[in-house]
Amino acid sequence: MYAFDKTRLDLAREFKARPYGPHSPDLQYLLHLMRRPRPDRPFHCLVIDRDDERWTLALLEPGARKAPTLTNRVFTDLAEAEWYVFKLRWRELAGEELPID
Amino acid sequence: MTVLMGYCDRWSARPGDTVRFMVSSRGAPRYEARLVRLKQPSAGPLATPFAPEPVAAPCNGSYPARWQSIPIGSFVAVPAHPAIARLEGFTVSVRVWPTTPGRGRQALLGTWCEEASTGWALMLDENGAPALRIGAGPGKVAEVATGVPLRARRWYHVRASFDPATGRLAVGQEPLESKGFDLERAVERSLSTSLRPGGGPAPLLMAAARAGRADGPSAWGGIGTSLHFNGRLDRPRLAAGVLDPAAVAALAADPPPKGLAECLVGVWDFSIGIPTETVHDRGPHRLHGAAVNLPTRAVPGHNWDGSVVDWTRDPSQYGAIHFHDDDLVDACWEPDFAFTVPADLRSGVYAAHLVAGEAEFWVPFFVCPPRGTARSPAAFLASTATYTVYLNNRGRFASLATELYQGRLLTLDRIDMLLLEHPEMGLSTYDRHSDGSGVAYSSRHRPVINFRPTGRHWNFNLDLFIVDWLEHLGGDYDVITEEQLHEEGLELLAPYRVVITGSHPEYDSAEMLDAFEAYLRRGGRLMYMGGNGFYWRIAHHPTRPGVIEVRRAEGGVRAWDAEPGESYHAFTGEYGGLWRRNGRAPQRLVGVGFISQGFDACSYYRRTEAAADPRVSWMFEGIEGEILGDFGILQGGAAGLEIDAVDPKLGTPPHALVVARSENHSNTYELVAEEVLIPHGSTDATINRDIHADITFFETPGGGAVWSTGSIAYAGSLSWNGFDNDIARLTTNVLRRFADPTPFPFPPG
Repeated sequence: MYAFDKTRLDLAREFKARPYGPHSPDLQYLLHLMRRPRPDRPFHCLVIDRDDERWTLALLEPGARKAPTLTNRVFTDLAEAEWYVFKLRWRELAGEELPID
Repeated sequence: MTVLMGYCDRWSARPGDTVRFMVSSRGAPRYEARLVRLKQPSAGPLATPFAPEPVAAPCNGSYPARWQSIPIGSFVAVPAHPAIARLEGFTVSVRVWPTTPGRGRQALLGTWCEEASTGWALMLDENGAPALRIGAGPGKVAEVATGVPLRARRWYHVRASFDPATGRLAVGQEPLESKGFDLERAVERSLSTSLRPGGGPAPLLMAAARAGRADGPSAWGGIGTSLHFNGRLDRPRLAAGVLDPAAVAALAADPPPKGLAECLVGVWDFSIGIPTETVHDRGPHRLHGAAVNLPTRAVPGHNWDGSVVDWTRDPSQYGAIHFHDDDLVDACWEPDFAFTVPADLRSGVYAAHLVAGEAEFWVPFFVCPPRGTARSPAAFLASTATYTVYLNNRGRFASLATELYQGRLLTLDRIDMLLLEHPEMGLSTYDRHSDGSGVAYSSRHRPVINFRPTGRHWNFNLDLFIVDWLEHLGGDYDVITEEQLHEEGLELLAPYRVVITGSHPEYDSAEMLDAFEAYLRRGGRLMYMGGNGFYWRIAHHPTRPGVIEVRRAEGGVRAWDAEPGESYHAFTGEYGGLWRRNGRAPQRLVGVGFISQGFDACSYYRRTEAAADPRVSWMFEGIEGEILGDFGILQGGAAGLEIDAVDPKLGTPPHALVVARSENHSNTYELVAEEVLIPHGSTDATINRDIHADITFFETPGGGAVWSTGSIAYAGSLSWNGFDNDIARLTTNVLRRFADPTPFPFPPG
């Protein structure tokens, strides 16, 4: 069974360089792990402020029975948003910050 | 916060037709309505600036805001009748297949009014146990329950009686499942009361109870409803007086014996009129009713034994109706304003743009040329069938798998949030009902969040990139719709030299495919401008325009799958599912068919050797490079989202030419389910060579031709760099040649 390995910083670097695929098999495994939200916890999404131009990071409850809760993080580049969320999820899995900006 | 939403009564309007707009708003005293012509989507700084063109119309102006609620939830309504009103004692019997027992009280059958606490009803109580309740007003209610909750998705015979002479209320349940090893027993309970049902003559409802007069729009008879039941009812019966156990069993028989004729009141048979919204009573009073809000019919009843899977072969095994508390066919709002299409208004994509405070909403519609005429050699065929089945796709937000299969963060905007905060807007055929069963029907007669020029690029919004390109070329095009194609067939297409599809014309009726084929055989030209087209079979409601049924039978990439015995459409009796399983794979019509989907990144095409064939050399005039479409507003490439490939086994004509083929797709692009019979793991695009989009061309015997892009994302590359790009050049070359009446010679065999 695939398990998270916090020493695999190469995967983080790969994702930062190319947040959208194709990805290496190991990065794809990691993304599968990161992108399956728990049914009892909110997950990250992006609320469109201006079409194809600006997005606000938000948290959506599983089941989407109410509007997402907005954070104060705003992005003008989707790739930056993906990287930001990747780092949040890495911290969650590793128990420590990802040592890559 | 201001809430604003609306819809209109027709999507396809011709000169002289009147479009009525229904609007609901609160949080602001008034709203503004302006008609506009849509010439492109709102797509950010890389796209053509979003500039809806104002339309001078008498209906433009300011309107008082009012809130119009949405009466959601299906039921059967039988109008009040003396035969029901004069009942003092009664016996009621029905087969029940509950899907959410224990999720609050749910009414099965009766005259109960929840607001007034009057009448009587057979119900499921809070615990899911059958109960008989009678009431003569607030505080004057008696109820007896079996005390044994029904279990979900199992058939039971539920019966009850009231004896006015003794005041005895009785209720019972009997399990009907004959397979399996669960031990369940019949249960009977009774109690006595001095109360008698009150309230006077009232309609009899099944699967819901009255809730007094509706405080707003009503789905039926001006009443509100509550206590909606989730699950199936089969063969409801009502008799006068209290029957003994043998007579109760006889009452449930099909048909009841003649010996019961004198006491029969209602013998409802849901197996009659399955395509309709009428519920038939075979009893002496003909207490026919209405199936309101389109509960699902053509579903197996309590006696289904698997020996038939086609309800038309033996309707008696399909005597059930599946009710849902989130069924919705029509919001039933009052119109706010109307627009009659002037004779000189050009054909195009239009919308009412509504604004109230910080809120806005769009209500698009299509203006089409007079029937049987064309004002241009080219027609853009709006994919109204696909738009309809996707309306209010809640699953995109509710599914925990969305980010996983899309390979990117979920995005939504404030209009999308309306659906989260107002689930009464109803569901799409990509969703499951609240009881977990698949949504088989979708209607456009309600406010919807994903039919507009803003927000996520998909279907209508994405198709506006094609409109944008046609506008760039000078705007010489008509707009026609799939709704019209289903109704009018070849007559709709015949006046055009070339017909241009949308980016994702996924859903077709047999009538629609027949029309395409006839058009092509007589020399028509078809530009299939998308991916995953002509995939699912649909059925149109026999009397309600804009209501479509989808049975997601065997195979296919799908959000739910039809339950056993439910693969045949109720509206038409046709077998549902993929067209490839109905002998008409998309490859037969357009050369290519759905092979894969992915949503993280789009890729490019590489020109093939076949592109040099003299049959298609005109296509590449002005195009030098081998790589096509390594750019685009939709995730950076022209090939992606949902893509199609040729397959001779599925009907790609032998003379078809693949002039360009995509490559280098990402891991999220997986083979479609119907191509993976034995799971083997080698199914994503980084390893599987079958996954590619094919730009394909072939001639038809009558001098016509087909050209297919095989990719939804293709349209998003047209306007790149101000339309100065090879995708726009290629597509324009095709349009110009297809609009040229010179017949395409059929290649020698």
